[in-house]
Amino acid sequence: MSLVLTHARYQFLETVRVPMSVIGSSVFPALSMLFFVVPFAGKDAVAATYATGAMLVFAVMSACLFTYGIGVAEDRAQPWDPYLRTLPAGPLPRFTGRILTVMAIMGIAVVPVLLIAAFLTEATVTPAQLLLGLAAVLLGSIPFTLMGLFIGYALPSKAAIVVAQVVFFPMAVGGGLLTGPPENAPEFIQVIAPYLPTRGAVELVWAASTDFSPNAVSLVALVVWVAVFGALSVWAYRRDEGRRFS
Amino acid sequence: MAEILARTVEATRRYGAVTALDRVSLDIRAGELVGLLGPNGAGKSTLVNLFAGLRRPTSGTVELLGGSPQDPVRRRGIGVTPQETGLPPALRVGECVDFVAAHFPEAVSREALLERFGLGDLVRRQIGGLSGGQKRRLAVALAFVGNPRLVFLDEPTTGLDVEARHALWDAIRDFHAGGGTVVLTSHYLEEIEALAERVVVIGEGRVLTDDTMDAVRGLVGVRRVTLTGPGLPDLPGVLGVEHEGSRTHLLTADADALVRELVLAGVPFSGLEIRPTSLEEAFLTITTREPQTA
Repeated sequence: MSLVLTHARYQFLETVRVPMSVIGSSVFPALSMLFFVVPFAGKDAVAATYATGAMLVFAVMSACLFTYGIGVAEDRAQPWDPYLRTLPAGPLPRFTGRILTVMAIMGIAVVPVLLIAAFLTEATVTPAQLLLGLAAVLLGSIPFTLMGLFIGYALPSKAAIVVAQVVFFPMAVGGGLLTGPPENAPEFIQVIAPYLPTRGAVELVWAASTDFSPNAVSLVALVVWVAVFGALSVWAYRRDEGRRFS
Repeated sequence: MAEILARTVEATRRYGAVTALDRVSLDIRAGELVGLLGPNGAGKSTLVNLFAGLRRPTSGTVELLGGSPQDPVRRRGIGVTPQETGLPPALRVGECVDFVAAHFPEAVSREALLERFGLGDLVRRQIGGLSGGQKRRLAVALAFVGNPRLVFLDEPTTGLDVEARHALWDAIRDFHAGGGTVVLTSHYLEEIEALAERVVVIGEGRVLTDDTMDAVRGLVGVRRVTLTGPGLPDLPGVLGVEHEGSRTHLLTADADALVRELVLAGVPFSGLEIRPTSLEEAFLTITTREPQTA
């Protein structure tokens, strides 16, 4: 257990000492809050609360896709990674340490969104709704974690950067994260959104923090995404391990 | 005989159609200082990767400290050098050592270790800001963090200046003098010659020679006769001639006879030197020889 914390601590240090990666994960959602949510939905308590939930999912998705996808792909390219495998520890501490590190980065990424929501919009939640909402954000980050791991283990780092960016944008727009409450979204988004993991994740957050009742299709789709990317990331991990360490 | 710390028995490793190691059987005994020598692609790294648990043999067995190298507990007794190009640039020197030390129950003190490798005043420096030679020394130092019984050092002094190289050689000799076992890979012959007591020459995945340093050096039984003298006649027993400025090197199996012939031929010469062949010459002789068919 202490080795897990050791790995988490040093990976976190390595990540925050290259501040662009952390800033990238937190600035994008914060700017989206300022540009889209505050001027258009800031005055409407319900719309602002929905939009804040959407931005939280946006923030964790970007932290997951970029930190896992690019981080894992870059680490695989470095000879430090095989060196760590000669140390007397299995793969678990490094893997778990990475998950804790990304959770910490997600924590950093959601703070500006929450602060902007609290001070610059009419969004309101009770303390219980806030906690439930954050738990839902964490739960909703699982498909993006798996997606990031799949990208990181399946691709070389240059390709991982591009793929993470290409995946990121349609996921955000298509899942309706940038268009506020579900009924405000353009028609085509209303059609495709329930089948995207972003929508399932944000519905969990909305259900936890407002009186929204989630759509069964979105939740089933979310479970399917988790299962598919869970299987894909395990496959990519094994394939990579077999190539480099068998 | 001393305890066997690591061994391969008939270990073969293939990568697709390429055979990197071909039925290699090797014992590493406690207290030895073994030099693994061979050209790039000969199978040195694959052999070390098998011992360090990074790779599994395609067939045959690999043992480390009485168990499998795949077992993390066995790996507590070994130290490996990372490639210095891969050291995490954002970490400080001290943090990197602490991080590696956290994996070992009997890690050595950070201060003593960094002092031993001449890194004492760099504890707080970020690795990304170190010079190539400093990174190299840190990489070698990391192999010793866990107070290992057996270290695998891969090209430990490549890229170091003479002074730093000799300091590092001293550190390796100290470790060996204190009972430590060292497996050193290098295609840098001077290094093997300076440190190793036993030399294992690997070529095309096979062990070509496994013997003491003196035996490998004497293996070819050739002496090098060097002199300055224009217009040397053809002399009997000369295996090879090289010119270097005004100096002429003559390779021969019988230096005494050659010198007698030189004198009898009545040609003028000066600055006569006779030396045993270097390891490099022995090495070239061994690795260019046709692989023997078993």
